[in-house]
Amino acid sequence: MNPALQGLITIIIGVGGCVGYFYGANLFLDKVLFKAEGPNAGRNINRANMIRPWVFLMPALLALGLYLAYPVFATLRLSFLERLPGNEYNFVGFENYTKMFAEPKFIEAMLNNVLWLVVVPAAATAFGLLAAQLTDRLKWGNIAKSIVFMPMAISFVGAAVIFKLVYEARPEDVAQIGILNHLYLTFGGDAPVQWLQVPFWNNFFLMAVLIWIQTGFAMVILSAALRGIPEETIEAAVIDGANPFQIFFKIKVPQIMSTIVVVWTTITIATLKVFDIVFAMTNGQWETQVLANYMYDKLFRANDWGMGSASAMIIMLMVTPILVWNVYNARKEMQ
Amino acid sequence: MDAIAGRKPAVVWALNISVVALVALWLFPTLGLLVSSFRTGDQITASGWWSSFLPAEQTIQLRVADPDEARIDLGNGRFMVEGNIFAGQDFEGKLRSWGTSSRNLSAFQPGDVNDLGDGETLTVQADGAYVWEGNDDQISGRAQRVFLDVITPPDFTLDNYSFVLFDEDNSEGMAKAFMNTLTVVIPATIIPILIAAFAAYALAWMDFPGRALLIAIIVGLLVVPLQLALIPLLSLHNAIGIGKGYLGTWLAHTGFGLPLAIYLLRNYMVGLPRDIIENAKVDGATDFQIFTKIILPLSFPALASFAIFQFLWTWNDLLVALVFLIDATGETTVMTKQIVELLGTRGGDWEILATSAFVSIAVPLAVFFAMQKYLVRGLLAGSVK
Repeated sequence: MNPALQGLITIIIGVGGCVGYFYGANLFLDKVLFKAEGPNAGRNINRANMIRPWVFLMPALLALGLYLAYPVFATLRLSFLERLPGNEYNFVGFENYTKMFAEPKFIEAMLNNVLWLVVVPAAATAFGLLAAQLTDRLKWGNIAKSIVFMPMAISFVGAAVIFKLVYEARPEDVAQIGILNHLYLTFGGDAPVQWLQVPFWNNFFLMAVLIWIQTGFAMVILSAALRGIPEETIEAAVIDGANPFQIFFKIKVPQIMSTIVVVWTTITIATLKVFDIVFAMTNGQWETQVLANYMYDKLFRANDWGMGSASAMIIMLMVTPILVWNVYNARKEMQ
Repeated sequence: MDAIAGRKPAVVWALNISVVALVALWLFPTLGLLVSSFRTGDQITASGWWSSFLPAEQTIQLRVADPDEARIDLGNGRFMVEGNIFAGQDFEGKLRSWGTSSRNLSAFQPGDVNDLGDGETLTVQADGAYVWEGNDDQISGRAQRVFLDVITPPDFTLDNYSFVLFDEDNSEGMAKAFMNTLTVVIPATIIPILIAAFAAYALAWMDFPGRALLIAIIVGLLVVPLQLALIPLLSLHNAIGIGKGYLGTWLAHTGFGLPLAIYLLRNYMVGLPRDIIENAKVDGATDFQIFTKIILPLSFPALASFAIFQFLWTWNDLLVALVFLIDATGETTVMTKQIVELLGTRGGDWEILATSAFVSIAVPLAVFFAMQKYLVRGLLAGSVK
């Protein structure tokens, strides 16, 4: 069957099914299960209203449970098992983890990921804050913001192609078509450099892609926060003779600190899961491996589910502090 | 701030210039790819994309017409070949200088007479017309070689797009991948919205035990990396017979998108005025009616925000498609996968790469610019405060 047709039918079945479920279940509850008439009308209405939230929540809870909650435990279980031929499993305890920590490629991925976690959120937040502050009172500020925000819409893979062209290196005797090498040679570089093949520093050229994408997000949120600062605090500082830098760092930044933290943690999570950029640009060669790509290698290239799951659990472990912090804050806010 | 900056023109200038620099830094990479997608492969390798807007100077090597066919007997043992050096070439541009020796490519100006020795001469005019004259021996055998230093005007082409999108013989074309991506994206965007809207309403406006706990769980699930879900869910899909395919991908995208959807929508719905809902209840409206007649229409901005997020995310996704969709036949490949493939096989063919990448980037960019307002609103509501 034509996939497009199949897609159309799925939309109809899926959407119709959802609507039908909600409508039907609701009707069933009111008209069949607990009729709002007869001697028990009042009790029935109460009962129906007790069950109704769960009717509304059911599909969401099923999907969340099956697609997010269950896999956490299933992956945890798999990380302690060794897969044998013929779909059998053997409990091996922490062997997957110890094997993994003995692998240089894993250590490299860990260290690189830590580097990503330090550099990307910091740089993206700083650039975002800078962009938000600079464009704030500019006449064409909104256009500038749109352009900095634009990479949000571009896929990691698309961005990888875009930056591969930026980093492109051609032999010394022909014209350079990558703008970085062109500038490098114009400003006194000796020979074109294969930027993505210079160990250690190539990590930064990969990070630049994610920073380029995430800065817009940081800018949008921080820009809204900057506008929320009460005007009086700034006026008071101006009257007291503060210069623009003092106003920015001593008056504005402290007041939006909680938003900066939110932006920082959100970008941290995106950074932890970074996969597409590395997969498309270097595939972990030249010492640029990161955890998510290492995990993909183990799962689908080496077919080692045990070690793949173990490395997935490492990613989960690194997310957990943020998870706990988010839940804690959300609960605090609701009270 | 403007009280200070506004009074000093120098500060205003510095501000404008730094924003221009910032914008340029963010725009240039994308612009490079866009411009490259309108250039031929030869043009891309000949010069950087930034110089494509200027007339390009290049040296080309051509030959005059074959003397054994085209020579004209002038009498007295003299022969001549005349014609246009650019004949048969698809050429627009201006001749700057020319030459016949590889040691001095631009020895002569247009119109100069080049004395090749022993009475053999060659003249090339600015429009490419040439006269090659000499004796029987000289005007025979191989045609005279001419090096031409020419200025070509900026030249852009749509050929790359027609090749990548519409060429039937192109096995690496994007047309099929485009359709496949669309097939993944539309159901994967619509279904989670419906499911999430009901759940969000229940969490926002219905009272039941465990509500606070459920909200906390959803906030927690927001950050669970989907990497964890790959193997368990693939095994599950294989076990229940879905295997790799669209259905599994739709379900996976639905599951992964739900926490954000519920979170965004609940936050929005909670902020709707309590009076409207209570009045409706007093008038005898059921929860179902309140939801469909009041909440859903009022929540349109939040629904639009999430729809854009989910659309961008599913359109741009690579990992979920790799794991849940694309099987060994490659029939269901999506654009992101196709581009990664091209990076491997056609790494140097920038005209193909740039065009393919832009085909996949264009749609989200259009959505982005059309719906930016909702995207910003969603971001502001969705970042966990």
